[in-house]
Amino acid sequence: MTAAPRLVLDTVCKEFAAPSGVLPVVSDVSLTVGDGEFVSIIGPSGCGKTTILNMIAGLERPTSGTLLVDGRPITRPGADRGVIFQDYGVFPWLTVKDNIAFGLTLRANRMPKRERERIATRYIELMGLTGFEHAYPKTLSGGMKQRVALARAYAIKSSIFLMDEPFGALDAQARSAMQNLLLEVLRSEGKTVVLVTHSVEEALYLSTRIVVVTARPARVRTIVDVPFEHPRDEELHRSRRFVELQYELREVVMREYATQARLRGEDVRAAGSPMTHREETRA
Amino acid sequence: MTNDALARVAVTRETADRSRPGSRPGSRPGSRPGGVARKAWQLALHAGLRALPWLIVLFLWYLLPATGLVNTALVPTPWQVLVKFYEQLTTNRLWLDMYMSLQRVTLGLACGIVLAVPIGFLLGWYRPARTLFDPLVNFFRSLPPIALIPLVIVYFGIDELAKVVMLFYAAFFSGVIVMYEGIVQTNPLFIRVARTLGATDDEIFRRIIIPLALPHVLTALRVALGVSWATLVASELIAAQRGLGAVIQNASNYFQIDTIYAGIICIGLLALLMDRCLRVIAARLLQWQERIVP
Repeated sequence: MTAAPRLVLDTVCKEFAAPSGVLPVVSDVSLTVGDGEFVSIIGPSGCGKTTILNMIAGLERPTSGTLLVDGRPITRPGADRGVIFQDYGVFPWLTVKDNIAFGLTLRANRMPKRERERIATRYIELMGLTGFEHAYPKTLSGGMKQRVALARAYAIKSSIFLMDEPFGALDAQARSAMQNLLLEVLRSEGKTVVLVTHSVEEALYLSTRIVVVTARPARVRTIVDVPFEHPRDEELHRSRRFVELQYELREVVMREYATQARLRGEDVRAAGSPMTHREETRA
Repeated sequence: MTNDALARVAVTRETADRSRPGSRPGSRPGSRPGGVARKAWQLALHAGLRALPWLIVLFLWYLLPATGLVNTALVPTPWQVLVKFYEQLTTNRLWLDMYMSLQRVTLGLACGIVLAVPIGFLLGWYRPARTLFDPLVNFFRSLPPIALIPLVIVYFGIDELAKVVMLFYAAFFSGVIVMYEGIVQTNPLFIRVARTLGATDDEIFRRIIIPLALPHVLTALRVALGVSWATLVASELIAAQRGLGAVIQNASNYFQIDTIYAGIICIGLLALLMDRCLRVIAARLLQWQERIVP
């Protein structure tokens, strides 16, 4: 982390308005991501890790604290930060090729048609989508849709990638294939990545650092440096160090899951009470 | 139901075609003679399936007098109706009535939808607008346009303008509701994706929102078409010299039941034909959809 950091989060807080008052979702998160780093954020579902990612993407504003990309405050989404969403967001009315080229046709990243074609074709090949250029997304499997979404984000040459449980909806085989494809692409293109996931194994396999966040509101619980060298391959999963680390991390994460489950129980009760109250007044 | 299923089959086949480079939808190379024969047989089967319900209705209609349940003087046979239909076409200028009715529907529908699309869109898009106008829109939509006929006659008389106003009303309110309920369901994910790719507001509108709204425009058009036909005939029944509703009304004055039947069937067929045209257009424009017609 000697070079200037790409991303800086400084005491970032986010609160949402809730019927019962203010609901803190992210609390005092500070994090610095250097160039070429792969940082995973891991924590229980519903804890606010997606909100952290959305704030980096510029889709949501923090209640307090600052977020910087390359030293500039983040105020809105930008082509410098590519986002991969959990539900892919592949445009159903465009063919695979038009989906991938979509970003390149926007004014922000406009380029000559030939150049556009070249880039689209390159990523179609890279993502193994050859033969499906003119297919509509409805004919694709989940894994293929995710590859289209990846290619679309890659095509605009974002140097930072924000991924929100990108492989969560895939089966185990597709998931592991997509992880390897991602590593392969990152090796050749050199990107900075922030990945939100709830899989300890995925985080360990892909990242250089892992940020474990607490149950809601999300706080940084601990940051773990992942000691494995790149390039990595499937063999890594079987190494003793990997298994040990996975076990240790899972312990930490499971504790947060338990807390979150307790929280959710309270939520149910909290949501139930005003309802009964209303019923009573009506009666 | 069957038609929907058939159309869906046809569309899946088209997409399969499109994914193969160089092949155009609809023009599958019938190189193998066996393939051609099978294709022809399939086409015949589809046509047969489509005709079947009509044949059943015709058959029952023929059987009806034999059951003794109805007075044969009051229920003409299909053949009588067909003869009457031909007679009306040749001697009574039924063409002109069809033309008048079609013209009124097209004009009213076009005006109604042209206004319903932007207004429905705004209502769907801006929550405050929706909260404000929702009760109003629902009130006017629930009001059967026929209930307004007396007022329309008072304000617009009984000539063409009055009918177009009625149809405009019917098309507008049925269209607006479909349009805005569709827009409310727009998936915000696509807009977020476009934003993160660097799209500006007007690019999001042109490249994301318009394609997402198009299916709803077409549905609104179809729903409004159905309502417009119903309203048209009602308004023609009351006051019109020409038009299919007037044909039925005149025949009723002279107790020509076979002509009434011919007029009703004519209305049904025209409505069906227009709906089919819209469906074909929708299928062409919305090839990407999982289902063509919602």
